[in-house]
Amino acid sequence: MQRVATPMAKESVRARSEMIAFVVMAVILAILPLFAYPVFLMKALCFALFACAFNLLIGYVGLLSFGHALFFGWAGYVSAHAAKVWGLPPELAILAGTLTGAVLGAVVGSLAIRRQGIYFAMITLALAQMMFFFAVQAPFTHGEDGIQAVPRGKLFGLIDLADQTNMYITVLVIFLGCFLLIYRIVNSPFGEVLKAIRENEPRAISLGYKTDRYKLLAFVLSAMFAGVAGATKALVFQLASLTDVDWPMSGEVILMTLVGGLGTLFGPVAGAFFVVSLENYLTTRIGQWVFVVQGTIFVFCVLVLRRGIIGEAARIARIKL
Amino acid sequence: MFEMLGISSQALFGQLLIGLINGSFYALLSLGLAVIFGMLNIINFTHGAQYMLGAFAAYFLLEYAGLGYWWALILAPLLVGITGVIIERLFLQWLYKLDHLYGLLLTFGLALIIEGTFRNYFGSSGLPYSMPAELVGGQNLGFMFLPNYRGWVVVFSLAVCLATWFVIERTKLGAYLRAATENPTLVRAFGINVPRMITLTYGFGVALAALAGVMAAPIYNVSPQMGSNLIIVVFAVVVIGGMGSIMGAIVTGFGLGLIEGLTKVFFPEASNTVIFIVMAIVLLIRPAGLFGRTA
Repeated sequence: MQRVATPMAKESVRARSEMIAFVVMAVILAILPLFAYPVFLMKALCFALFACAFNLLIGYVGLLSFGHALFFGWAGYVSAHAAKVWGLPPELAILAGTLTGAVLGAVVGSLAIRRQGIYFAMITLALAQMMFFFAVQAPFTHGEDGIQAVPRGKLFGLIDLADQTNMYITVLVIFLGCFLLIYRIVNSPFGEVLKAIRENEPRAISLGYKTDRYKLLAFVLSAMFAGVAGATKALVFQLASLTDVDWPMSGEVILMTLVGGLGTLFGPVAGAFFVVSLENYLTTRIGQWVFVVQGTIFVFCVLVLRRGIIGEAARIARIKL
Repeated sequence: MFEMLGISSQALFGQLLIGLINGSFYALLSLGLAVIFGMLNIINFTHGAQYMLGAFAAYFLLEYAGLGYWWALILAPLLVGITGVIIERLFLQWLYKLDHLYGLLLTFGLALIIEGTFRNYFGSSGLPYSMPAELVGGQNLGFMFLPNYRGWVVVFSLAVCLATWFVIERTKLGAYLRAATENPTLVRAFGINVPRMITLTYGFGVALAALAGVMAAPIYNVSPQMGSNLIIVVFAVVVIGGMGSIMGAIVTGFGLGLIEGLTKVFFPEASNTVIFIVMAIVLLIRPAGLFGRTA
């Protein structure tokens, strides 16, 4: 009888398992560069942050955005442009990308939340495609070439990011910081309202919540974090290109989140590392078949592994991750 | 009279005709999406890939079986429809009780598989498919030159759309379909095999996409990615029209094709994006869509 946990105790057990997992993740990520190629790790971290941002929307509000490449890619363009043409330092370039994500998120979000469910996905996809065509035509994006040779610059005027180790630490700090922020958002009273909307929107409305405002704010936050990820990736690769705004990128971030586990805290990170490593491994061997492999994983996850890797692991271990 | 605007009537009507043709593809595809969504509660992301399969089926029939356009018009939708039935039995039937988004994700995965496979074998450049001999040439209408084949595409797709509307809205079979959309359990209680109806509905919706693909083959090249950009535009069309009404899907499809054609004449830079802009405006003014019912 002693083992019946009060809600409070459950809450603290959950918080503890999540905190331990976070520390483990941070330690692993800190020592990984000793074993793996740093550029690959930075790519995986940028995508992990992108997937976490996406998961904020699908996992906690239940909204499937099929256009997140829009925020990721355009933030990349703006930060690359800011660093290269305006000569801004990296911290301001990333900030510019972040703002781009948030502003675009506000515009797209205010249109998309007017419809529910499946229409929401189609609207975000259509608007993202529209902005893709703008990216093809706008002169500053340099069309097919993209913005190349973006200078990484000196962080705060002191730390030279051309050094791979410095860049890795910067990316890691950005990732962990955003991850904690997202964790905080999800577990705040605001986050609880989001989950209520996911479970039963009419009921949340009947309780007096202006759900549209909550959904819009969640959308803007998600787009903003996607912007951080895109801006950081542009600096890491010193490149902003059409690939990052095109619809397959939106599909890829969905895949990462789905593989890791929708609505789990660590799932998107695991999913991003899985998908990025898989693609890294495959492109050198089977090249063009990557899309087929991605599609197969989609089908497999939907039919068999709906909870995702982390979701399934958490269920077996009976903890929350 | 258009000359004073600096646009020849030839160019204007030519673009309007292309608009109508695109519109007929939009109408056929969004019609299929609406019918499938009504019965299966799934947004079929594979629709674009199945349109592409229709075009490739026509190409294969000609290359390997020597069967020309008219055969393809019947056989290609049938063959692709059968693959649709297989897909429904293998994959989709497990998803009906789940959230809508899983259907979208699964069909998105299938689209990636199908398009990826074709891209590996046929590259990204298109394969030519020749027009049926009976429809080569055109008519001079005085204000414009009308290629026979293009006229045929518009008339035939309109006929297919109206026939579909008639079957669904005016026949007994259509009544069963509509009833099963509203309340499948009750319709089953009347002794109607609803699961089979669902399977066949999916096959039919897919066949419509394939039919559009066959008709597109002589106009555009047959290429693996012909469907992937189209499907996104069709999604926008569906958002604009709303999936509640069959006639709505047809009218919206043709109407948006025309708007796109007009944009190509007057403001070509926006021709790629005009449908998305219309979608944004509709969402602002009538969030439920032009023909949609507010939830």
